[in-house]
Amino acid sequence: MHAFEYHRPSNTKDALALGAQKSEGRYLAGGQSLVQAMKLRLSSPSDLIDLAAISDLKALSGDAGSVTIGAMVRHADVAASPAVQKAIPALAQLAGIIGDRQVRHMGTIGGSLANSDPAADYPAAVLGLGATITTNKRKIEADKFFKGLYETALEPGELVTQVAFPAPKRAAYMKFKNPASRFALVGVFVADFGGNVRVGVTGAGPCAFRQAEMEKALSQKFAPESVAGIKVKADGLNNDLHASPEYRAHLITVMAKRAVEAALK
Amino acid sequence: MSVKVSMKVNGKPASAEVEARTLLVTFIRENLRLTGTHVGCDTAQCGACTVLMNGRAIKSCSIVAMQAEGADIMTIEGVAKPDGTLHPMQQAFKENHGLQCGFCTPGMVMNALDFAKSHPNPTEKEVRESLEGNLCRCTGYHNIVKSIMAGAREMASKATAGGKI
Amino acid sequence: MNAPLIGARIQRKEDYRFLTGAGQYTDDVALQRQSHAAFLRSPHAHARIKGIKTDKAGSSPGVLAVYTGADLAAAKVGGLPCGWLITDVNGQPMKEPPYPALAQGKVRHVGERVAVVIAETAAQARDAAELVEVDYEVLPAVTDASKAKGAAALHDIAPDNSCYVWALGDKAAVDAAFSKAAHVTKLEFVNNRLVPNAIEPRSANASYSRAEDGYTLYVASQNPHVERLLMTAFVLGLPENKVRVVAPDVGGGFGSKIYLYPEDVVVTWASKQLNRPVKWTSDRSEAFVSDAHGRDHVTVAELALDKNGKFLAMRVKTTANLGAYLSTFASCIPTILYATLLAGQYTTPLIYCEVNAVFTNTTPVDAYRGAGRPEATYVVERLVETAARELKLDPVEIRRRNFIKTFPYQTPVALCYDTGNYEATLSAALDMADVSGFEKRKQESLKKNKLRGIGYACYIEACGIAPSNVAGSLGARAGLFEAGEIRVHPTGTVTVFTGSHSHGQGHETTFAQVVADRLGLPVEAVEVVHGDTSKILFGMGTYGSRSLAVGGTAIVKALDKIVAKGKKIAAHLMEAAEADIEYDRGLFKVAGTDKQKAFGEVAFAAYVPHNYPLDKLEPGLNENAFYDPTNFTFPAGTYVCEVEVDRDTGATEIASFTAVDDFGKVINPMIVEGQVHGGLAQGIGQALTEGCRYDDSGQLVTGSLADYCIPRAGDVPNFKIDTRETPCTHNPLGVKGCGEAGAIGAPAAVMNAITDALGVKDLAMPATAQTVWRTLQKKAA
Repeated sequence: MHAFEYHRPSNTKDALALGAQKSEGRYLAGGQSLVQAMKLRLSSPSDLIDLAAISDLKALSGDAGSVTIGAMVRHADVAASPAVQKAIPALAQLAGIIGDRQVRHMGTIGGSLANSDPAADYPAAVLGLGATITTNKRKIEADKFFKGLYETALEPGELVTQVAFPAPKRAAYMKFKNPASRFALVGVFVADFGGNVRVGVTGAGPCAFRQAEMEKALSQKFAPESVAGIKVKADGLNNDLHASPEYRAHLITVMAKRAVEAALK
Repeated sequence: MSVKVSMKVNGKPASAEVEARTLLVTFIRENLRLTGTHVGCDTAQCGACTVLMNGRAIKSCSIVAMQAEGADIMTIEGVAKPDGTLHPMQQAFKENHGLQCGFCTPGMVMNALDFAKSHPNPTEKEVRESLEGNLCRCTGYHNIVKSIMAGAREMASKATAGGKI
Repeated sequence: MNAPLIGARIQRKEDYRFLTGAGQYTDDVALQRQSHAAFLRSPHAHARIKGIKTDKAGSSPGVLAVYTGADLAAAKVGGLPCGWLITDVNGQPMKEPPYPALAQGKVRHVGERVAVVIAETAAQARDAAELVEVDYEVLPAVTDASKAKGAAALHDIAPDNSCYVWALGDKAAVDAAFSKAAHVTKLEFVNNRLVPNAIEPRSANASYSRAEDGYTLYVASQNPHVERLLMTAFVLGLPENKVRVVAPDVGGGFGSKIYLYPEDVVVTWASKQLNRPVKWTSDRSEAFVSDAHGRDHVTVAELALDKNGKFLAMRVKTTANLGAYLSTFASCIPTILYATLLAGQYTTPLIYCEVNAVFTNTTPVDAYRGAGRPEATYVVERLVETAARELKLDPVEIRRRNFIKTFPYQTPVALCYDTGNYEATLSAALDMADVSGFEKRKQESLKKNKLRGIGYACYIEACGIAPSNVAGSLGARAGLFEAGEIRVHPTGTVTVFTGSHSHGQGHETTFAQVVADRLGLPVEAVEVVHGDTSKILFGMGTYGSRSLAVGGTAIVKALDKIVAKGKKIAAHLMEAAEADIEYDRGLFKVAGTDKQKAFGEVAFAAYVPHNYPLDKLEPGLNENAFYDPTNFTFPAGTYVCEVEVDRDTGATEIASFTAVDDFGKVINPMIVEGQVHGGLAQGIGQALTEGCRYDDSGQLVTGSLADYCIPRAGDVPNFKIDTRETPCTHNPLGVKGCGEAGAIGAPAAVMNAITDALGVKDLAMPATAQTVWRTLQKKAA
């Protein structure tokens, strides 16, 4: 890892001031992606602005209609949260299968979203549930947040503060894991808001995306057979040694079907 | 840039002037010379570096030491009783031959200690899932799984009996 | 009287230190004035080095020195030697290109060492290594063994990239048998390249003492004496007595830590230049490109059968990828340890095997758990299972029809099996696996939309390469004996010194059991010391499942000398004739009387020789022995694997795995079971998840654990295992070795099960979900 300067602001204001001042700096959330990249010298920020001491970013609240999760809430805490389990059990379940136990104890939702790894799990839920991402400047709709490979709508220095998820009638997340990294080779989050169904897909493309054809079919009839016959186009999907675009396209259908089955249970 | 980092390690205060880029595992191994915590990979797969931070299993190779500022860290050296008696989880690994070369073992034990707190009587499937972040190349996991199941039960029964473990 | 210790499930003596963080692995050793090395590695698979500039790196903070290949050449540091000379089909020696510790003029694989930076801290060394400027002229690269011929030459002395073409067997007789056969089964496949991935990365920490003009090297090695011999005699030209090599606790090896590596040479040499200890510890990314890999064969295999399924002949042609350089034992793996195993458990009367070993722009390949024998077993057992399917015979029945049933049995491929009972392990495995219930389970799987398959593998392996003179006549450049020493202390406790090395195998326990059992002492009274050339008289180390059969026997031979001398002392003490003294579990007795002396009393007399035959006998009770076996040992067994394939995703789950092995006598069943579990997991890894992939430019695509998948806990089942015993006939313990069996037999069993589930003839390893899914797609089309 290259040398850097470390900062530990105790409030959002100080963090933002540092963020504005250090143009080559990075916010540090749980570090489960960023520290890895720095160790391999793939990322070399001049400064790390550690958000761990900012208590405002650690709040988690919810009611029957929605849950709001602070940017610095760890995956394990989302998974174990009674509020999340009650309002959106599928989101708790998703958080509970991110990476591994140790990663879930450090990794945060804000860090995951800001990093926008093409194979991260949360983006599928953010799109599938139509979440709203709040930053220090504005509210960003899920559909406008993910822009490309490790690319989001966030501007330099902009900081995710919380994410609000509306509670669907029913939902489920199905993930086919990359055998080595345990990231999603393909992950599909299906959410039924009562006739209005959203399908968020991660792992398959440069960034998470919605699957319109499936959404349409499931909105008409929320049943596994509605998606089972849909042949997803392979064009533009990721290609690596673990999965070709064609295989990923196929897995989107399989995972979507299984997610619907799970949501109906 | 050098920073001062302070935390509690195995119940004792520990601090040092380190470069900001010092990983928690480097601080533990090089500064504190607690070499039971190991490094087996550089991409956060193997879990040999697992320690408890404020009671939760984390990978000490995946955070910089400053992220543990003020935290309570437990490493494998802090698990047995001060008189050297093995903790029930360590004892279970010994009795069930849950280790061979011993390199992944500290990470396995630390993760299992945390897991067992929420799983007093885990199933084989739960234990295998709990090991997603720990790799072993010697044992084929068979006896590690057996060890953790036995260790968790023993921890639970000691806790029920009111004993301190 | 103590209960017998042979066969007892004794808990391991080494566990306490590992469970409390008190193990001492090489990277845990920190010396006074420690410095740290970082290697600059080639980013190219094949390139000419036009120039190297080190001045920026040299003036980087904390840097003590930067060395390149030119510095080593100027200091007359030699290249790394190969320990086995193969003679080719034309009687010519194999091509042995130089293997410099730091690149000389050219780099031949990604990860080859180009320069070393030594600094006060590891981070500073690494920072500075990035500042070394190398001007490369990139050359075309080849990584696929089958394309090596005709590709750009790696080495001047091997213009066609061929190291040797070697053959075993009577080609004409085999061809004749094939031309008359009622049926021929043919398979073409790749035995996938694997990365051993011991969880402890390699590490070396060398120091030099001007006062003693001597070196100490701590190194993660499976055989410290061999490391010292190769390094001093062949590379650095140092006297052996001035070099101490210590292999302390070693975190797994699986073959990858047998070899002398360039990093070990460089840090040792540099420690004298700088007069400072120099430590290097590999990170995992470096390990992927610099630890010796395993397997990587491209094979065409044929089996000729009569109409009843009797095997008539086997013909095998293999291209073996050796990588860019000859690693220490690379040349003997695809030859001596491969072709000789092609008889398997069967009476196949004629076998011919031809091996074309080639250089490619990849990391050197050498022995990895099983080393040649998994490749041979894969050939034999895939052929046998496929032949059964083609002839519509039960795969169990076809094996039974061809089993070797009488011993000793001379195979047509040089080996002579001393003993075995293949029916015993087969029938036990069939029972344990509940093979008769398979059809029912298959139907239940189908209801879940899953395809269930069953596969078998009846493997044989040859352990403890021997004897030395035969190995020598086949090209070995080292002896293959083992050494041991028994030191009885005056109070009757014992320290055992062994040339074997334990890096997970539990020798400190097993060897202590053997000694304690023979002497009738409690196991706590015996300590086992290994891994230090300054303590152990000599050693050939641990590989090839040889430790107990060879190292254990050396200890037994030393024990026999202890008992023999003890009898002389006891005879004197009890005023009896030496011939009348019997040793029985801790007691020297005068036959037919109630006179006896405890072992401790005799030991005490040896060290306090007041009442002692000093005129005839030296005081003390310390004996050593060297043991050179008369033959290999031949563990064998049957593995039965059942898989369930998810038709939608192609994901394969091991539904059950049964292994029944014959390892001869078992000293500690608990430890043996652990060895089998671990071997099986690695074998399942080869079949399902592991495999190196290079891209066209020679970059290793599977260069980290985030891309190369070694099995996790969720990828393997609980194993059903058992043993049957036919004791080895030529060593006193009757033991055969158990370390590699699982990795040898499992890949064929798993692939036989998957091809059964899918109803296809063959499928490439690793059978990842994508590969299986594609196969299903192709079949449906």
